[in-house]
Amino acid sequence: MSDRNRLPVIQDETAGCGADSPSRRDFLRTAAAGAVIAAVSGCKPDAVVEELQRRHLTELSPARLQEMLGKLEKKWSAQYGKAVTVGARPPMPGVNFGYGLDLSRCIGCRRCVYACVKENNQSRKNPQIQWIRVLQMDKEHGVALNHATPYYDPEKVPEPGHFYMPVQCQQCRHPPCTKVCPVKATWKDPDGIVVIDYDWCIGCRCCTAACPYGARKFNWAEPNLPAAEMNPVTDYLGNRPRPMGVVEKCTFCLQRSRSGRYPACVEICPVGARKFGNLLDPESEIRQVMERKRVFIFKEELATEPQFYYFYAT
Amino acid sequence: MNIPSWRAVLPFAAAALVAVPLAALGGPPPTPAKAPAKAPAPAAAVQDIQAEPPPFSEGIFPCSQCHDKAGDPTPRQLAFHDDLQAELHHGPPSRWCLDCHDNGKRDFLHLINGKQIPFTESYELCGQCHGDKYRDWKVGVHGKRTGMWDGKKTYFLCVNCHNPHNPRFKALKPEPPPIPPQEQGR
Ligand code: SF4
Ligand code: SF4
Repeated sequence: MSDRNRLPVIQDETAGCGADSPSRRDFLRTAAAGAVIAAVSGCKPDAVVEELQRRHLTELSPARLQEMLGKLEKKWSAQYGKAVTVGARPPMPGVNFGYGLDLSRCIGCRRCVYACVKENNQSRKNPQIQWIRVLQMDKEHGVALNHATPYYDPEKVPEPGHFYMPVQCQQCRHPPCTKVCPVKATWKDPDGIVVIDYDWCIGCRCCTAACPYGARKFNWAEPNLPAAEMNPVTDYLGNRPRPMGVVEKCTFCLQRSRSGRYPACVEICPVGARKFGNLLDPESEIRQVMERKRVFIFKEELATEPQFYYFYAT
Repeated sequence: MNIPSWRAVLPFAAAALVAVPLAALGGPPPTPAKAPAKAPAPAAAVQDIQAEPPPFSEGIFPCSQCHDKAGDPTPRQLAFHDDLQAELHHGPPSRWCLDCHDNGKRDFLHLINGKQIPFTESYELCGQCHGDKYRDWKVGVHGKRTGMWDGKKTYFLCVNCHNPHNPRFKALKPEPPPIPPQEQGR
């Protein structure tokens, strides 16, 4: 970037030291914003300043990370009245996740939508947040977004003349959302999963606008997660409770998939339309799908190169 | 950017811990640490795969409760299993019980070549006509699996999803649609 394009910000001595060094912490420190925010929000200043001054997740020492997770576990266990665990499962070496969705099977029943909400602790209503959106399309027009609706509500599905295309985060190989994030709150891990640190997110929603698939959802209000329905097995970058004002999206259920389990939507689908596995393993279901069926990626022309593949098994 | 991968580091750490006391004792050299970048997870070994039990109608199985010997093999309208016969919509109308159920060994099915198979292996029978689906099912392209993507998993049999007497998948009531943004009051 030439100097001409640079915004006239005042840099402190540490800002911009490493290429990857996020400057949010430095900004907050120099501005003493922590203290101000603490005073305004009425929280204990120490805790808030400490929270705001922590390093980026990828730079935390293992000890510091464990300490942070422990605090969250304690806080949420008390809040939800059950033993909540917060893991930080790392990507598994030698694994790159791929997802397959059989459009010739999906009947549009939305079982996946609600299994996802339950597994991933989404806000139930006001705001209602759902990471999967099932689009009903016309057989006559094929995959065409101008002939699609998520609001279909007949007595029974599938309806004649229609097919269904569930859309969720496509875990792009070239994710536009991570590029635009001004604070590096979202990035792509080596197993292919695009993750968000909800505590690092400033809620600017640049990523939401950049995503061509409408996958990113914003918590416009305090999430509404009934304690009885809260799933206590969580991961820091996955399904742990989110605060108001941050963005969230599908993570391939990383709290499950990084422990070897199938995502919740795969297990619930009554027609077996959803396939999941390791793209680096030739025997995996997703590789077998690619080997035997014609697969396509959604909005191929945007060169986002999703790790989410649609196919027709028949 | 990446979170430090403990899984990758642990084998080394463990090996180092083992190595020190063994070396002190002059024992055998420790097994070399596993390479951190482990090869792609192998497909589940056969013994890791279980199938859902086939669904049996209450009080009907085992068939040998009533059928103690071979019956009349002539296709005809039955007096007892008339309910099953009425809902039999699978292939041509000439389809008849003993096309699949075995007349000699009553708690078994049989293949076209006469081989008797238990109900837990009915996929072999289905695969005689639906070879393409059988091929896809064996590799996980057709059908459903639950459990671990890299390990122990449960396969659904053909008959766990398709009623063999009436295999077409039934329409379902959909879960409620999303609330449009303009209706999300705050
Ligand atoms: S659960 Fe399966 S069939 Fe139902 S909408 Fe989701 S993908 Fe389609
Ligand atoms: S909303 Fe959050 S994750 Fe998205 S671009 Fe803004 S800071 Fe980054």
